[in-house]
Amino acid sequence: MSEIEFLNWVRGPGFQIAIIIFVAGVIIRFAEILLLGRKPNLAEAKGSEMRGGLCTIVSRSFPDKNTFQRSAFTEVSGWIFHGGLFITIFLFAPHILMFKDIIGFGWPALPTPVIDAMTVVTIIALLAILVHRINNRALRFISTKEDYFVWLITILPLITGYLAFHRIGMTAPTLLAIHILSVELLMVIFPFTKLMHAFTITLSRWYNGAISGYRGVES
Amino acid sequence: MINDSNRDKTLGETLREQGISRRSFLKFCATTASMMALSPAMIPKIAHALENARRPSVIWLSFQECTGCTESLTRAHTTTIESLIFDFISLDYHHTLQAASGHAAEQARETAMEENYGKYLLIVDGSIPMDNPGYSTIAGISNYDMLMDTAKGAAAIVAVGTCAAYGGIPHAKPNPTGAVSVGDLIKDKPIINVPGCPPIPVVITGTLMQFLTFGSLPELDHIGRPKAFYGKSIHDRCYRRPFYDKGLFAETFDDEGAKKGWCLYKLGCKGPTTYNACATTKWNDGTSFPIEAGHPCLGCSEPDFWDGGSFYKALSMPTENITRTVIYTAAGAAAAGVALGAMNRHKKNQAVATHNRTSIDDLKK
Amino acid sequence: MSSSTVVQFNIQIGDELTFNVKPLLNEVKHALDKLIETGQSTVIDLRSIPLAPGEEEKILNVLGLGEVQARLDALGLSEVIETRYAGVWIVTHYNDDDHIISRFIEVTSMPEILCSQTEDIMAAYSRLGLTLNDEQKNNVEDS
Ligand code: SF4
Ligand code: SF4
Repeated sequence: MSEIEFLNWVRGPGFQIAIIIFVAGVIIRFAEILLLGRKPNLAEAKGSEMRGGLCTIVSRSFPDKNTFQRSAFTEVSGWIFHGGLFITIFLFAPHILMFKDIIGFGWPALPTPVIDAMTVVTIIALLAILVHRINNRALRFISTKEDYFVWLITILPLITGYLAFHRIGMTAPTLLAIHILSVELLMVIFPFTKLMHAFTITLSRWYNGAISGYRGVES
Repeated sequence: MINDSNRDKTLGETLREQGISRRSFLKFCATTASMMALSPAMIPKIAHALENARRPSVIWLSFQECTGCTESLTRAHTTTIESLIFDFISLDYHHTLQAASGHAAEQARETAMEENYGKYLLIVDGSIPMDNPGYSTIAGISNYDMLMDTAKGAAAIVAVGTCAAYGGIPHAKPNPTGAVSVGDLIKDKPIINVPGCPPIPVVITGTLMQFLTFGSLPELDHIGRPKAFYGKSIHDRCYRRPFYDKGLFAETFDDEGAKKGWCLYKLGCKGPTTYNACATTKWNDGTSFPIEAGHPCLGCSEPDFWDGGSFYKALSMPTENITRTVIYTAAGAAAAGVALGAMNRHKKNQAVATHNRTSIDDLKK
Repeated sequence: MSSSTVVQFNIQIGDELTFNVKPLLNEVKHALDKLIETGQSTVIDLRSIPLAPGEEEKILNVLGLGEVQARLDALGLSEVIETRYAGVWIVTHYNDDDHIISRFIEVTSMPEILCSQTEDIMAAYSRLGLTLNDEQKNNVEDS
């Protein structure tokens, strides 16, 4: 297989396969979660479920002072790499083109040099997080193989994307093909690993907040 | 034309006999160096090598092709210098250009092969149909047979054009003739690929000159192309690159960005994945090249460039219709999800129903 | 097609596009320095550098015209000019149709192609000898 054939494959059939698994996986998992249902709460409502739910979705993103002091590193690095991922994935012009091709509309991009810098920052944050995970005894203890695997699959598109943009090490078509392939890998494992939290996070936070809201307490 | 008795003379001798001055020869060498994309520091070496080069025999075979490559070559712009090169080589067989036809033509090929066995240069344009040999024949001989027969005594083979080098348009899906490239069939000879649709004329002549001048193969990249011409991508040599780096793109062919000469990535430019020389050598007497004229690069010097989806889809876009895939998948998955959900619910209810409560009394037993 | 009918697309001449103009001129400066320090000359192939439309003209404009302008008639026309900066030459080769086939910046005290070549001098010597012989013969016959 020539490198252009490889590139054509990841842009064609490879992408099809990945998107099918991704979309089907995410929808089925959501359906499963939602359809399982909750027991009806027979107690009298003392507050609004909706209000509590929506508030928590936002409020849980910002740690209170104590939590922040206890795990400042996790908070800061977590914010950096999540923000970095968002920016590099959704605000890079070629990526927006890809979304536009699928969903029919686009949005303004950030200047390429900004994306470039963000990529480096995000990669560094992810590396720091890995070091922290390994060095911290408690974290190491609760880490599973899946955690390391997911970390790898997350950082790969960043690294391959950086290499492809700067055209380092291999010929350009191969670099680009590898980058797209790494993203397809991410899409394929997404619904079946902890990566799914990108979607379920709103759901679970809403539940948490809604339960408290129903009881009329702050969450 | 230089006549046949000159075959044993060196180029230097022939030129002097024609009354071509050393100064003219130097000009020829300087232009040749520029054509071969060699550094001007090489000019003295080229002069020395050309001085002593001997007139080679060249056989040109055309298979499944459109003659675009020959057209490109014969329109190579350096008329004076080019004709010198053409006078210098002995083009013994080229069925589009030669005067002879039929048996006489085939005779010429066989004679040239016999006389120069092991020494002649074989140039091929067009791909070879492997499905039914009847798809393309010359004088009743199938392309495959003619290629294999002629390749035997060749010193080296130059595959001119993307068809000969990688299969090209006949090889595009679904490849109805079973077209293959020269390199797919011949493994035991040095092959130089000079792809392009068509290849840039000075790249063809530059490659030939390199072989004729130094009598050796140029340095080739991983898919057989001379590094001198295909060593850098269009993107790396594109004068619009500063706009790409800044993220300034033309969105349509006639918007403000297009008028300001911004990068054509969004219009489907394949420059980032295409290795060719046109960004510097340019086309039509060095006038311009597609990107300069405002059109994205198609990727013509790369294998399978016909199968990369629309020419106007950006490299970061999937080639197929993903929207449709997503909609179908979502519909299917929703149905499956509901079914699975119902099953899970049923399971849950059953679990609740069959659940035996354990009481303190049970534990006391 | 003569070069006057060439259509310039989209880009206005003079736009600073590739940013190769300045580095190239700097390279010329370095080459001059080398010429002064070591006497070594440098040749730069202008056709091997990515340039946007108008940029070659820009370089030529900056270098300008100096004291020497020579035309050679060797396998088509060639033009050798010394720029405003002594030691910096522009050598342009044309083909029979007056199209530029190669263009170099040479940083040297004298471009090689302007010098009479040893081989040509030798050929000239024997040619002149023959001519003089003929003349003499003619003179003898005439008298
Ligand atoms: S026009 Fe094409 S080759 Fe030029 S910089 Fe843009 S993407 Fe690269
Ligand atoms: S711009 Fe691209 S497609 Fe066009 S001739 Fe050059 S390499 Fe081929």
